[in-house]
Amino acid sequence: MSKRRSLTEAQCVSLAQKLLRERLCHQKLPDRPLALDSQYKHLLELLRRTAVHGESNSVLIVGPRGSGKTMLLGCVLRELMSLKEAQKNVLLVELNGLLQTDDKIALKEITRQLHLENVVGDKVFGSFAENLAFLLEALKKGDKSSSRPVVFVLDEFDLFAHHKNQTLLYNLLDVSQSAQTPVAVLGLTCRLDVLELLEKRVKSRFSHRQIHLFSSLSFAQYVDAVRSQLSLPPDFPDPKFSDAWNHSVTKLCEEKSVEEILRRHFNSSKDFRSLHSLLFLSVSRVSVSHSTLHEADLLEASRLISADSKAIILHGLSILELCLIIAMKHLNDTYDGEPFNFQMVHNEFKKFIQRKSHSIHKFEKPVVMKAFEHLLQLELVRPVDSGVCKVQREYQLMRLMLEHGQVMEALQRYPQCPTDVKQWALSAFA
Amino acid sequence: MSRYITRLRMRRTYKWNGRPVGEDRKLKRQYYESMSISVEGKTEDATVSLGQYILIEGDDDDNPFVAQLLKLYTDDSGKKKTAVLQWFVRMCEVPQNKRKLLGRDPHPQEIFFYQDRSCDNEVDGETILGAVQIEYVPVQDPFPVGKSRDILFVKLLWDTKSFRALDPELMQPPQSPKSPPPSSRGPQTRALPTPDPSVMKRAMSGILTRGSMSTGKMSSSEAESLHSASKLSAAKALSAKRRSQAVSGPQVRKKLDLCSPSKNMSRDDVLGELLDERSEKTLTSKLNTSPTGRISISIRLTPLNLNKEECVSPLSSHSPDKPRMTAHDKDDAARAEEEHEDSPINTAATSRSKRKSAQLVSSRIKKQLNLLGNKIDLQSDGEDGDDDDCFIPSKIDLQSSSDEEEEAKIDSEDELIVKKHRGSGTSRSTEKTRVSARTPRKTPSKKTAPATPRTPRHATPSIPSRTAPARKPGNVLEEARARLHVSSVPESLPCREQEFQDIYNFVESKVIDGTGGCMYISGVPGTGKTATVHEVIRSLQQSAEQDEIPHFRFIEINGMKMTDPHQAYVQILQKLTDQKATPDHAAALLEKRFSAPAPKKETVVLLVDELDLLWTRKQNVMYNLFDWPTRRNARLVVLTIANTMDLPERIMINRVASRLGLTRMSFQPYTFKQLQQIITSRLNRVKAFEEDALQLVSRKVAALSGDARRCLDICRRATEICEHSGSQKNSSGLVGMSHVMEALDEMFSSSYISAIRCASVQEQLFLRAVIAEFRRLGLEEATFQQVFVQHQALCRVEGLQPANVSEGLTVCQRLGSCRLLLLEGSRLDLFLRIRLNVSQDDVLYALKAD
Repeated sequence: MSKRRSLTEAQCVSLAQKLLRERLCHQKLPDRPLALDSQYKHLLELLRRTAVHGESNSVLIVGPRGSGKTMLLGCVLRELMSLKEAQKNVLLVELNGLLQTDDKIALKEITRQLHLENVVGDKVFGSFAENLAFLLEALKKGDKSSSRPVVFVLDEFDLFAHHKNQTLLYNLLDVSQSAQTPVAVLGLTCRLDVLELLEKRVKSRFSHRQIHLFSSLSFAQYVDAVRSQLSLPPDFPDPKFSDAWNHSVTKLCEEKSVEEILRRHFNSSKDFRSLHSLLFLSVSRVSVSHSTLHEADLLEASRLISADSKAIILHGLSILELCLIIAMKHLNDTYDGEPFNFQMVHNEFKKFIQRKSHSIHKFEKPVVMKAFEHLLQLELVRPVDSGVCKVQREYQLMRLMLEHGQVMEALQRYPQCPTDVKQWALSAFA
Repeated sequence: MSRYITRLRMRRTYKWNGRPVGEDRKLKRQYYESMSISVEGKTEDATVSLGQYILIEGDDDDNPFVAQLLKLYTDDSGKKKTAVLQWFVRMCEVPQNKRKLLGRDPHPQEIFFYQDRSCDNEVDGETILGAVQIEYVPVQDPFPVGKSRDILFVKLLWDTKSFRALDPELMQPPQSPKSPPPSSRGPQTRALPTPDPSVMKRAMSGILTRGSMSTGKMSSSEAESLHSASKLSAAKALSAKRRSQAVSGPQVRKKLDLCSPSKNMSRDDVLGELLDERSEKTLTSKLNTSPTGRISISIRLTPLNLNKEECVSPLSSHSPDKPRMTAHDKDDAARAEEEHEDSPINTAATSRSKRKSAQLVSSRIKKQLNLLGNKIDLQSDGEDGDDDDCFIPSKIDLQSSSDEEEEAKIDSEDELIVKKHRGSGTSRSTEKTRVSARTPRKTPSKKTAPATPRTPRHATPSIPSRTAPARKPGNVLEEARARLHVSSVPESLPCREQEFQDIYNFVESKVIDGTGGCMYISGVPGTGKTATVHEVIRSLQQSAEQDEIPHFRFIEINGMKMTDPHQAYVQILQKLTDQKATPDHAAALLEKRFSAPAPKKETVVLLVDELDLLWTRKQNVMYNLFDWPTRRNARLVVLTIANTMDLPERIMINRVASRLGLTRMSFQPYTFKQLQQIITSRLNRVKAFEEDALQLVSRKVAALSGDARRCLDICRRATEICEHSGSQKNSSGLVGMSHVMEALDEMFSSSYISAIRCASVQEQLFLRAVIAEFRRLGLEEATFQQVFVQHQALCRVEGLQPANVSEGLTVCQRLGSCRLLLLEGSRLDLFLRIRLNVSQDDVLYALKAD
């Protein structure tokens, strides 16, 4: 007790921060997957049957990014491994389509994860063909009742379908459909049309079991999730601090403006990853002098997250460059989005200088060119075709990569923008 | 692999001896009495003449075929030499399942007179390897003891059905009116007529044997050996010679030099030093200096087996050996080696041991022998150990030394284990034994050859076995599920009776006729093509067991299970002969195998699954596969399977399609009745489904694809659903309509609609904006910029804060990653092209219901 009391507030804050950051960054598995109960049961039952009865299965887990496919699988595997009868009986092979970019690498990885390379001793692993024969032989030798079931997890399953002839998929699924070593092939993918990628005989061997993860999360659940994510666990060393913290979080979630921010996020995406990054940014703003989360923290974090990257770039431009952008915007309006070249932009700019400008000096053409090239480098302007044809730089056709609204907004916020430039931008035709 | 290289490189030339002794004008044949065979690199020629027993080159280097030469003739061109033969078979050539008919253990040197009218008795004269000695033993008599192991014994007659007593008359070559009288030399008298080194060697060994026979104690250990003496030394010697010419690499070269006759002397000098001035050894080296003396070369092995033998056998049996050891030391040493040579094959050589193990081993052996109190053995053993140390160059004998090590380990453990070890050889390992067992007169260089196939490449790994046994299905639903799994092998294949019969007839007729042929089987996936072929083969194999049809080999390759079309050769070769080779080499070997006239060849039935993947630009893999069966001597039946009916027309060039022929069969997709029957027969009276439910499944699948796998999977899923819902409430516990409907929905319904329904608000708005923009443009494609304008407008209508460009792009990309939208040119940022991957109606339907 005395020890707990001795924690200073600063220590408490840093401890709480550490805890929350870990929770938000490390993607720690929750105790039960949220709102995925039926899928969880289905998958667990399937794997349990593979582990216990030696029944081969294949299944695809399909869901958009951030919908919790890996989390679901992790929870199921955790549960499976805690079963006594499955514990020592299951071999796990995890592959990722982004890492195992072709079948050769994948085969090597499988062999490694199955610890089969020990069997061949120091034999240098042979050709791809030998590897395949080797693995198939190994899988063929097993049978339903006596050999250990192997669970193959194929992350980014769709990428495996792009391998040559889909050899790996065919063979894995073939094993799952024949009386060999029992296997469970689990594919994780975010593509809804993944079955169409499979070749017809591969497809025929796949059991067509798909587990879809679509979050039917309501906003109330979403807010609940935020609250639970931000709350400190009951075993926090300093109960007084954690009580205060939890109370403040609850209160925070009820605030109108916070709800608005969360609603906005919820509307744009339901996945938890983007929520985590939002919460992470706000938690990071907590300090000793600022020991509870405030509405402003969330607001600031939300602003950071949803900021438009191009608008930020526009803020750093010089007046000349900004003028060029405005000239291009006018050209876009006049010619209805048709591409333009530097000469046209320069003409437009010259007209502005001659007629309306009071504050802007006349610039030499090379200087303007230089500014234009800077915009090109920033990719605010892009050549129409990738500059293959030999056209003089002044006459190369370009496109502005900015929306009308973006330009206007940037002008509003541009520090000390000359009023004549603003007026020029606002006027319908130059 | 190297063995075959040697065979290919080994060149023998065949010449007629003397003038033709007879002529058949009608057939334009000229008969000869004898033929001489000269081997490249050998000065002396071997001669074979009529009536003599000869060895014929076969698939197995170590066990060449044995036959008696009846006629020799040439056609009018004078180029093709043909020999007419009376075959003999070895025990290992008798089909595995018939071997037990003998009723006793075969004598290792025993062969059988082969009586089979169907067997082609003419072979190409150029496959003759050399002469061999055969002795007739009357049935009642025991096998002569102590004869040379080169002599083969004939006691019985094998007529492909049973073993019968052999009439000694049959051993005399039949008199043919047109052929000259066979040579007067009988099998007994004919022994060493030629200066051929192998024959000379045999003669020498014969002398030695006789010598040892006079002491009458020689073969006590021999009789115990399981493996020794089953091989023909002459054949071995030949193949050894060939091999020795082809092995490359400096170390090997050195060895080869050592065993070449010219250097024999120097090598013996070395030996002399090594062995000190023991008189027996001087004798040995003297023997070696004789031109035929390759015998001494084989001494360099630890007589481990001797050791083992002694462990196993009672000591008393060895005591009479002692005097012999001194008197015929050399012979005994050689014998010891043979046994050693043969035995290590037992061990499934897996580990590679290091050179230093040899010393350890020999010291262990010494200890063992000491324990047995056999001083003379110790002496010889010590010397062998020496040999081992100084003789084996670094690498080549790794294999054998690892074997020794393993042996030694086993020895040191327990004799019981040794026995078990020997007895427990699986069929595979015994087969290997046969392949790699070597001649007694083994040259060191030869050891490189077995080292290759014995490397651990055969050590196929397996998935570790489970600690707890798999649980058996507990209730009716689980039982049904197990039966419905695609992998469970059904008792019969319903609904493919006609196809089964057609394929069966085709293969059966080819096997009975001993001819070859191709068949092309097509059908969409899941229509039972492969299963039917397997079923056919299974029942054919059954009738082959019962001797209704001749035996055949079945080999299966799958285009999907190889990385490259040319691997097909490698896999066929490996399954046929257990050899490994590069694709090119394998193709050459197979080509040779299928085109060479080899007698007594079994028909090979080759199943090529997923044929379309064997396509190459030149199509030579397909060409070969279909060309081999057309060869006269190939005896190859090729069954090919692919999905598309018109594959031969579509992808094959004319010469390939032509060879494939017109024997085609196509498997139609199953009708709903057939699917229903399949499920019913699989369930086999396990009552788990309602009739209507089954009908619904089969009708649905038949309408979609006719894929039996799909049908079974749906049923399986339905049992699961039933199980889960059953726990909540009610009913019969049978799988009913509702469960099947749910399973069907899960598998066939598109997930796009539910994906759209569960999408976030902005995503749904974006989809709407896409459709609005498409309508405005009248096109099915728009740029992101255009859609984004619509999107912002929609946001305002909905009273939401309009998203900025970055957010809009994120939403767009997220939809793209699910493939609700198809995005092109993601580099283009604002000018990203967007298309819908779902129909507009679906999107609107999904959004409206929301």
